[in-house]
Amino acid sequence: MLIFGNPETRRKFLKQVAGTSAALALGPRIGLFAQTRATASSAASSTATATTLPLKLKINGRDVALNVDTRTTLLDLLRETLQLTGSKKGCDHGQCGACTVLVNGRRINSCLSLAVTHDGEEVTTIEGLANGEQLHPVQTAFVEHDGFQCGYCTPGQICSAVACIKEGHVKNDDEIREWMSGNLCRCGAYPNIVDAIKEAAAKGA
Amino acid sequence: MNPFSYTRAADAQQATNAAGSNASAKFLAGGTNLIDLMKMGVERPTQLVDVNRLPLAQIEEMPSGGGVRIGGLARNSDVAEHPLIVQRYPVLSEALLAGASPQLRNLATTGGNLLQRTRCYYFYDPAFPQCNKRQPGSGCGAINGFNRIHAILGQSEQCIATNPSDMNVALAALDAVVQVQGTNGARSIPFADFHRLPGSTPNVDTNLRADELITAVDLPAIPFATRSHYLKVRDRASYAFALVSVAAVLDVQDGRISAARIALGGVAHKPWRAQKAEAALVGQVADEKTFRAAADAELAAAKGYKHNSFKIELAKRAIVRALSTVATMA
Repeated sequence: MLIFGNPETRRKFLKQVAGTSAALALGPRIGLFAQTRATASSAASSTATATTLPLKLKINGRDVALNVDTRTTLLDLLRETLQLTGSKKGCDHGQCGACTVLVNGRRINSCLSLAVTHDGEEVTTIEGLANGEQLHPVQTAFVEHDGFQCGYCTPGQICSAVACIKEGHVKNDDEIREWMSGNLCRCGAYPNIVDAIKEAAAKGA
Repeated sequence: MNPFSYTRAADAQQATNAAGSNASAKFLAGGTNLIDLMKMGVERPTQLVDVNRLPLAQIEEMPSGGGVRIGGLARNSDVAEHPLIVQRYPVLSEALLAGASPQLRNLATTGGNLLQRTRCYYFYDPAFPQCNKRQPGSGCGAINGFNRIHAILGQSEQCIATNPSDMNVALAALDAVVQVQGTNGARSIPFADFHRLPGSTPNVDTNLRADELITAVDLPAIPFATRSHYLKVRDRASYAFALVSVAAVLDVQDGRISAARIALGGVAHKPWRAQKAEAALVGQVADEKTFRAAADAELAAAKGYKHNSFKIELAKRAIVRALSTVATMA
């Protein structure tokens, strides 16, 4: 079926099939649940109420203006609110690197960073690396060197690798391994990941 | 995560006033420890004061004395690779690079790293009922529990947690001074007085007041600090906390040690300045026999628990190894 070829329509299709409740669950959590949370917790702690603030970001070159619950991590903003599901939630505790994105060109764990702290900043996710249909050289290298199996850590690996190369931490295999150590791969694709990064770096990625 | 009010401080004064008027407010910089602890329900501030935009990220030579001032908001990655640090205090650069991951180091700040909380399992997971650090009087789950990563020096009956920071170990060896600003003005805290031993108040990690913001860490000029090294021993080759670590700085003249600065990580509630080892080194020949004697002196008072007694011998050997490395440096 043609619709399965396009990730956006595939996601929409699954939502429709699963029914209304699923659509609510998959949609942005902010507006729907903030009210409930605020009520429940204001009973428990009179001084703390949920705060919603305006936030402006440039994401993959596109200006975005939102109102967000201040508790929203950058990762949840990307995935839940903006439907940019390329960045993954592997551990949600800054221990696996699957959520790695670039903020003002520097790699960070988006799961441990509140979205509101990045007001006015530029975010690049895995979705923003390609130039239209033209893959980023690091993406091409990962494909050519089979740098993934299940693919779950891969967006984080690639974003991290892009920054790693820009930082200049790719002098030899050992340096690549050390400077990519913040990205875990349960499938064990490490040797191929190192090869991919070496090639991309050599080609001036 | 509990709801909280959020404000962005425009200057240090605004930040400290906000913290001073709310005992349950916390400063937010990189957030790599605080946000994690908030997700776990361990930290539950009702207000976050975002200090990320304060102009406190400088790394510069100090006008008088030749030391280096590191801004409280300087990112760990920037400090680690700054020429002044790499050249004059390599032990600090090595310590920072040994910690966390590149992603975490890009967010983590000097101030935040100083205030990093213990990784003790019983502290980190509120499902464990016994933790005198989280809840005074509730007991210590680690003492008779799984205590592999816990302290062998300076502990008390109430708490055997360790300070997990690598940066802190190097700063301890370098006699850094922490500059802070609060509602009552600015003050300087010598590094040895910044972190506390658990004693009967394990719920208090540092001597920093709730309204005080860390504005800078000053490194005194130590010409021989170019001869320094950080050795980290851990279960994995990278991206793991220290089981035991050593920051070592030596001044060797004609084969004899004229000055020594040694600090240990992974062994105590605070970065452990190895004063007994230092005393046993000064004036001695810089050889393995001397290093081992110094290590034995420092660890003589060490006490282990069911799962961490290996740290005592490991710490001694790590001291010898670190000193051997430094002694052969140019």
